[in-house]
Amino acid sequence: MAKTVSPGVLALRKVVDDVHADARKAHAEGRLVGWSSSKFPCELAAAFDLDVMYPENQAAGIAANRDGELMCKAAEDLGFDNDICGYARISLAYAAGKRASRKVNLETGEYVINPNSGKPLKDENGNVVIDPETGKPKKDPKTMVPYTVLDDIYEIEALPEGREKELRKAAIKPYRQMQIPQPDFVLCCNNICNCMTKWYENIARMRNIPLIMIDIPYNNTVEVADTNVAYVRAQFDAAIKQLEELTGKKFNEKKFEQACANANRTASAWLRVCDYLQYKPAPYSGFDLFNHMADIVTARAKVEAAEAFELLEKDLAEAVKTGATTTPFPEQYRVMFEGIPCWPKLPNLFKPLKANGVNVTAVVYAPAFGFVYDDLDGMARAYYKAPNSVCIEQGVDWREGICRDNKVDGVLVHYNRSCKPWSGYMAEMQRRFTDDLGVPCAGFDGDQADPRNFNEAQYETRVQGLVEAMEANKAKKEAEAK
Amino acid sequence: MSTEVLLKEFKEVSEHPHIVLSEYKKQGKKVIGVLPYYAPVELVVAAGMVPMGIWGSNNKTISMAKEYCATFYCTIAQLALEMLLDGTMDQLDGLITPTICDTLRPMSQNFRVAMKDKLPCIFLAHPQNRKPSFGLQFTVDQYMHVKKELEKISGTTVTDEALREAIKVMNKSRAARREFVKLAGQHPDAVSAVNRSAVLRSAWFMEPAVFAEKLEALNAELKALPECKWTGKKVVTSGIICDNPKLLQIFDDNKIAIAADDVAQESRSFRTDAAETGDPMMALAQQFADQDYEVLLYDEKSNQNRRGEYVANLVKNSGAQGLVLFMQQFCDPEEMEYPYLKKALDAAGVPHIKLGVDQQMRDFGQASTAIQAFADVL
Repeated sequence: MAKTVSPGVLALRKVVDDVHADARKAHAEGRLVGWSSSKFPCELAAAFDLDVMYPENQAAGIAANRDGELMCKAAEDLGFDNDICGYARISLAYAAGKRASRKVNLETGEYVINPNSGKPLKDENGNVVIDPETGKPKKDPKTMVPYTVLDDIYEIEALPEGREKELRKAAIKPYRQMQIPQPDFVLCCNNICNCMTKWYENIARMRNIPLIMIDIPYNNTVEVADTNVAYVRAQFDAAIKQLEELTGKKFNEKKFEQACANANRTASAWLRVCDYLQYKPAPYSGFDLFNHMADIVTARAKVEAAEAFELLEKDLAEAVKTGATTTPFPEQYRVMFEGIPCWPKLPNLFKPLKANGVNVTAVVYAPAFGFVYDDLDGMARAYYKAPNSVCIEQGVDWREGICRDNKVDGVLVHYNRSCKPWSGYMAEMQRRFTDDLGVPCAGFDGDQADPRNFNEAQYETRVQGLVEAMEANKAKKEAEAK
Repeated sequence: MSTEVLLKEFKEVSEHPHIVLSEYKKQGKKVIGVLPYYAPVELVVAAGMVPMGIWGSNNKTISMAKEYCATFYCTIAQLALEMLLDGTMDQLDGLITPTICDTLRPMSQNFRVAMKDKLPCIFLAHPQNRKPSFGLQFTVDQYMHVKKELEKISGTTVTDEALREAIKVMNKSRAARREFVKLAGQHPDAVSAVNRSAVLRSAWFMEPAVFAEKLEALNAELKALPECKWTGKKVVTSGIICDNPKLLQIFDDNKIAIAADDVAQESRSFRTDAAETGDPMMALAQQFADQDYEVLLYDEKSNQNRRGEYVANLVKNSGAQGLVLFMQQFCDPEEMEYPYLKKALDAAGVPHIKLGVDQQMRDFGQASTAIQAFADVL
């Protein structure tokens, strides 16, 4: 979206690239690599210098790279129902060895280009070049890509050494999320959903590897009771013991404290970055925040992540001074985007918003990853408060807080087929947003990873309806002011 | 009483739970609605109240619940809310809302919001790390909360003695049900699939002590029957719920007996007893910790396929020739465990079919064809 990329954004990109490169290196050198749920206390693994990858983040990346449907279908062929969370399906297919690959001609060794891919070729004046033979626009060969096919690393491994093996290995798509090493252990924290429990059990079974489980039961009150904290604290201790057995190392308290300090620093910087959406007009779009999710998920406990967010903060402070923004249109309306985005359809999500001058200035992800705490009890309390483990009052309070602070005119609610716990009390939330904030809400059906569940026509109609309601609200307020 | 008369009585209860509820209310009893899964009904019994299970409905259509739920939610939960909203459950004195799956988590909030000023909702969160001492303690903590809330409704104090008695009553009910499942499997000529379900379903609506007495009487009748020379087929059923008489009639029409089950509303709910001695609250926590081979619960030995193998063995040991899986639509835990259940069944040479079901299904034509075809190949 943004044409110029700020130093902070570049630094954040590098942090994620490095985390992935480190994990690949660790795997290549025979060191352990784990897979972890996004809200597992990463501080614990960091105390053991373990390299950890994050399947949710990976699935989002695979979906954004347009391979979500292929991987979801691969999981369905393994017997996983298409009602199951798209992230889980993508991850389970990946754990089973399935990969999105480029179609390769085994004779010539060349990739087979998909004639339907690519963008229209443009001349020096920016006009589309028409092919005189067909009368249709010519394709820019540089933008054309090979056919995507499904492959299986275990099938490839079983092949005799030789050309086919080498070609198929090399044909696996090169983007980082399709190159994550297979796991040696899994870290599961079900604070975000219970689907996570079964998802990680399945991975543990598929790969015959240890699973370290931190269970965070659903909470019905805004406060986290001491008994609940005690349960989670005890699980931290049990997890540490399991990690000691797994690594053969003693728990390093100093490293743990450093990881906690880093995680707090990252979370605080993340929250301050999120707060820049309060400016009117906002110096960036909430959609940009989605891009930084990878950092807050995969690198929370790393000092580099904290530094990169602090750098981004400086960029934003500068942008506010000069009135610059990365939002490529004048901001007419400000909305909260409720839920996880439809990663395979980001451009489609963005299109009608851009057309109507709607900027996303609030996303629930801001508080969702702002794990800030003082001590171990505080850490247990912080991890108890994930978006899907809190009661409706807490959920509403978080959202209404950012809606007020970030001055939104409306709320766009994603009813996410992949996320039952998230969408489960959304209808009641919508009623409360309208009652408490006086803003209109519009819901649409979509999916975080499976493009088959997104209906673009419905989405556009709903956005249109929301814009009209915001327009009417605005007119009414202006009339009242007069 | 004869087998037929007893079965008829269970059927009456199963088909008309609201009449049973009204009857309890007429007798001045307080009744607590209990949603799935694993709520400690012993606490309700010990508080001198009647627990009444709520597992959706086979006759209702989702209408008012749409105000709260998106379409992609399990119909059991949605129809439970529907009955709370449409007045069917108006006579209840309270409601226990467990939260062990991703649908029940947010639904606990919808129940509470929708029943505000109408019905006290008692929240219950079970732990998944339930076996270690800290997990047991967490269960005790949660159950203490449930107990306190129940005491407010009943106006009584639940003593350890009363709780121990309630455990005995429930153990008796569970033992009777386990025995009945075995006997029904041995005497399908006397207990049809429809009647088997009606008996097990009644357990959710009747006062536990009364139910246990009656079922023990039925079991005694069944035990006295001569050995059954069954010429039909035998299967094991699996899934969250399979209590629709129209669906089960297909089994009876095709001479398919249910030898055993791995159904959440049936055997999974009464496999495990609680200790009748010692601290009764800890006994209930231990009972929950002992629940095993369960799609809803975390398995510490998850790198093995214990649950799949358990179900495959259940088929073999019960003398069944195959398994019918009723896959409840939008049930993540069941769906997530299916590939490994299939793997274990295939490895054990147990044929199975998977039938998609939900409680708003009214046309069973497709299911009928599938079940018939499956029986033919057994």
